[in-house]
Amino acid sequence: MAGNKERLFVKGNEAIAMGALAAGCRCFFGYPITPQNDIPEFMSKYLVEAGGQFVQAESEVAAANMLLGAGACGVRAMTSSSSPGLSLKQEAISYMAGSEIPAVIVNMNRGGPGLGDIGPSQGDYFQSTRGGGHGDYRLLVLAPSSAQEAYDMTFDAFDLAFASRNPVLILGDAIIGQMKEPITPREPKAVDPAEGGDWRLIGAPKSGPDKREHRIIKSLFLNDGELAGQNMKLQAKYEAWKKLAACETFEVNDAELVVVAYGSIGRIAKNAVRNLRAKGKKVGLLRPKTLYPFPEKALEKLAKAGKRFLTIEHNLGQMVEDVRLSVRHYADSELFCVYPGNMPSPDDFEAPILRALGRK
Amino acid sequence: MKRYIDVIMAGFGGQGVLLIGNLLAYAGMREKLNVTYIPVYGVEMRGGTANCTVVLSEEEIGSPIINTPKSLIIMNRPSLDKFQSRLADGGIQLVNSSLVEPELVEKGGRIRTVLVPANELADQVGNARAVNTVMLGAYVASTGMVKLETVEACLAAVMPAKIVPLNVTALRTGADYALKQLASMPAVKKPAKAAAPKQAKPAKSAAEKKN
Repeated sequence: MAGNKERLFVKGNEAIAMGALAAGCRCFFGYPITPQNDIPEFMSKYLVEAGGQFVQAESEVAAANMLLGAGACGVRAMTSSSSPGLSLKQEAISYMAGSEIPAVIVNMNRGGPGLGDIGPSQGDYFQSTRGGGHGDYRLLVLAPSSAQEAYDMTFDAFDLAFASRNPVLILGDAIIGQMKEPITPREPKAVDPAEGGDWRLIGAPKSGPDKREHRIIKSLFLNDGELAGQNMKLQAKYEAWKKLAACETFEVNDAELVVVAYGSIGRIAKNAVRNLRAKGKKVGLLRPKTLYPFPEKALEKLAKAGKRFLTIEHNLGQMVEDVRLSVRHYADSELFCVYPGNMPSPDDFEAPILRALGRK
Repeated sequence: MKRYIDVIMAGFGGQGVLLIGNLLAYAGMREKLNVTYIPVYGVEMRGGTANCTVVLSEEEIGSPIINTPKSLIIMNRPSLDKFQSRLADGGIQLVNSSLVEPELVEKGGRIRTVLVPANELADQVGNARAVNTVMLGAYVASTGMVKLETVEACLAAVMPAKIVPLNVTALRTGADYALKQLASMPAVKKPAKAAAPKQAKPAKSAAEKKN
């Protein structure tokens, strides 16, 4: 709990918008979709009051391309949407990854496939962590499980995006977006006005003391060997991200079974783990905070120590593949799915955790 | 024992359950508790039902969604039908007896019920729309989870200043009514204010003892 500092009581969606404002976000481009509408609603008032630009675009496709444009100019910019909207944005996201344009993208995951429903879901794990659009690329993917984390991760996302010249994705869901919790805001960031100085597009004077060659930002590389070089550069970048992998662990030290769950399901599973601990069951929790890079080292270490694993997800089984890859030399992971369309509660997880614990 | 309670508040859209959910959460936050508030989530419509879940805890809150709540605020009949059977053993429910027939309330001592004629009390206070704050006053007095003064101090965070005094009266009216009823309950011999927090304890899950 925060000391004496004034806490604000806000929805996760609002926390994301506030985190973005404090991080120096200057442009927001969006198109309405439940369950993330509080983000554009907040930005349409407070970003504009702060002197930024808010555009409700004519479509998700347009919003994503506006984001590409702002990022190419070195401007801290973001968009937010929910699953079907994210699908529409994928072309521009692929272009941004290919041409190394920083941006912050929020997906408040809802049920799918198709239009699905407006309830919480983790069905977009693959789309989020495997790139999402065409081509061989990755996004940095952050998965908050509280309003405070939603705030903090968004606050940090802009720095990460500019440091690595890559889009950063915040992956929440309807629970994270709609739940209200207290947050402690941070001091607003003073953004370096020269950020992106050596690559951003701000107009190249053809004469005078500032005369320079024009810059080109593109994702089309037709010359011999050029695309391979670009892809190797991207690959090196993704490799360097591995040190950013982060997770929360809870009661894992003497645990026989470690539950792996992220986001809203992570915190609900934590409740179940705590309830079972009180009954003397040796269970623990690992909650990935970054989904890409995935906290594979932390999982491998637990696997090497002889733990067994149960992945709980709000989908038909997606993250479990990454868990299995992480622990593959020593262990496997079981899977418990909460089907999108259902609202899980801790009671729902205790029986499957006990079943997995009992199977040796 | 650490302080912990969760509550589902349910009623017709327009009865103000989301507002008092927010209000209780603010009061919890003011008293340095961890709090979560989550509104019912779906395709809602005017005249339909509304509910929200609030959790107050000294410890970190895992799930904001609760299947078997330790307390309920029931504003209308459909809410009683939906939630009464989900109330945890030893739990307490505040039922708006202006709109819910008392015969429908579960008997047998598994749970405790405080009946509050909230619509009539709100009329007495001077505004029929204060039915929600009457119920919250009764709830706060019955559970003792936060101080009524704290709730009063948080009113301005969730409503326009000009209706705060009316709602202070409404909170107190609901609280007084509930305390009188609790004092006359055969099962609760001790003064209601002291007895109420104890009531919440057996309902607390064993998990809360740990760490």
